[in-house]
Amino acid sequence: MIALIDYGSGNLRSAQKALLKVGADVRVVRRPEELAGARAVVLPGVGAFDDCLHALQQQEMLEAARGFIQTGRPFLGICVGYQALFDRSEEFNSCAAGMGVFHGSVVRFAEAPGLKIPQIGWNQLEMVQPDCPLYRGIPEGSYVYFVHSFFPQPVDPGIVATRTTYGQPFASSVWRDNVYATQFHPEKSQRVGLQLLQNFVTLAAAA
Amino acid sequence: MLARRVIPCLDVHDGQVTRGVQFGKAEAGELRNVGDPVELALRYNEQGADEMVFFDITASAHGRATMIAVIERAADQCFMPLTVGGGIKSVADMYAMLRAGADKISINSSALATPDLIRLGAEKFGSQCIVVSIDAKKTAPDRWEVFSHGGRKPSGWEAVAWAQRAVELGAGEIVLNSIDADGTKAGFDLVITRRVSESVGVPVVASGGAGNLEHMAAVLLEGKADAVLAASIFHYGQHTVLEAKQFLQARGIPVRLA
Repeated sequence: MIALIDYGSGNLRSAQKALLKVGADVRVVRRPEELAGARAVVLPGVGAFDDCLHALQQQEMLEAARGFIQTGRPFLGICVGYQALFDRSEEFNSCAAGMGVFHGSVVRFAEAPGLKIPQIGWNQLEMVQPDCPLYRGIPEGSYVYFVHSFFPQPVDPGIVATRTTYGQPFASSVWRDNVYATQFHPEKSQRVGLQLLQNFVTLAAAA
Repeated sequence: MLARRVIPCLDVHDGQVTRGVQFGKAEAGELRNVGDPVELALRYNEQGADEMVFFDITASAHGRATMIAVIERAADQCFMPLTVGGGIKSVADMYAMLRAGADKISINSSALATPDLIRLGAEKFGSQCIVVSIDAKKTAPDRWEVFSHGGRKPSGWEAVAWAQRAVELGAGEIVLNSIDADGTKAGFDLVITRRVSESVGVPVVASGGAGNLEHMAAVLLEGKADAVLAASIFHYGQHTVLEAKQFLQARGIPVRLA
């Protein structure tokens, strides 16, 4: 069973349906004890960093998710669920502490003439860790769907799995051990996104 | 590189996709039935559409429930971004559509009536979620005025000023629809599209007037739009989304060919 954490994030249904589509046994969970039997966890997200962390905190899910990561079983963070894994965010005077699984801050795209923020739309993946199992069968340069103004800057460049360029290059996904996280939305990235989720489900099955 | 987007737009009336020839024709019964929204959405999904927009043109209580069901069905099968507009009047309306599977919410008349709705939505769901759709009409030489209620009611706002105000309040994207061009198939209004695009820092989607693929290229190149929205050109089989993207690519415009 793959646990999909529900903390009121708007796009829950899309993530759930995409996981079902690739054959996952997915369960929507709201309480820490519901993570016990999970082979893998997905933390989806859309919206603001502080809202996400406050909601997780209120549901006592912050500690639970951190604890789950320590078991070594596969964990996938999406969009704000990716950003939440870092120490802190610069979004609107944010004061919430991130999960600190990875070190670094979440920062906004630097203003540049003609650069529209948020980045909305399909952009390309440059593979930095081609052996990352999440990207099996996904070619260099594949397009995935982004909608964001902020992105994490990992202190350790070694965790960057893919890079994408929008005005500046940024870490569009990271990977370390059992933790995978993407700034883009695989559940909205059509065939490429479904392939990525399929790869995650395969990892979960092996866990 | 970020691709320019091609977005089919579905006007939904009582659960069916319809297409009026020009603004304000829904009431007069001048709507042509085009088909089931989810079937059309699936077809465009296959053709590599970058997003899909659903407009509820009934926007009654009954229509709203029908629309939620349409979005749920579409979101269950199309793993791509979906925007919903039409009759969204509150944060609760927005949440209902997001939970049904929408990614973005488009507001128009309700934003003009209550500009604070933009801020409330952006604070709750993030700016990336809130699209402000603007219906603009050229009312004097060099003046484009914003109209509400399907293009019937002048708002007093000048188009560029309203777009900038909407972005200040938290809109993450602007859809600029030319009332004069809509339904004419004579091409987008390049002048106002470019003005708006150059005066806001968020993406601008051009809408209204696509009669051929050259029109799309023109509004992306000269009009500086980040995306194009079109309905009839796709609904009646004149072109597929893939054909449109191949054409744009040949014109040197970055597009995603899935």
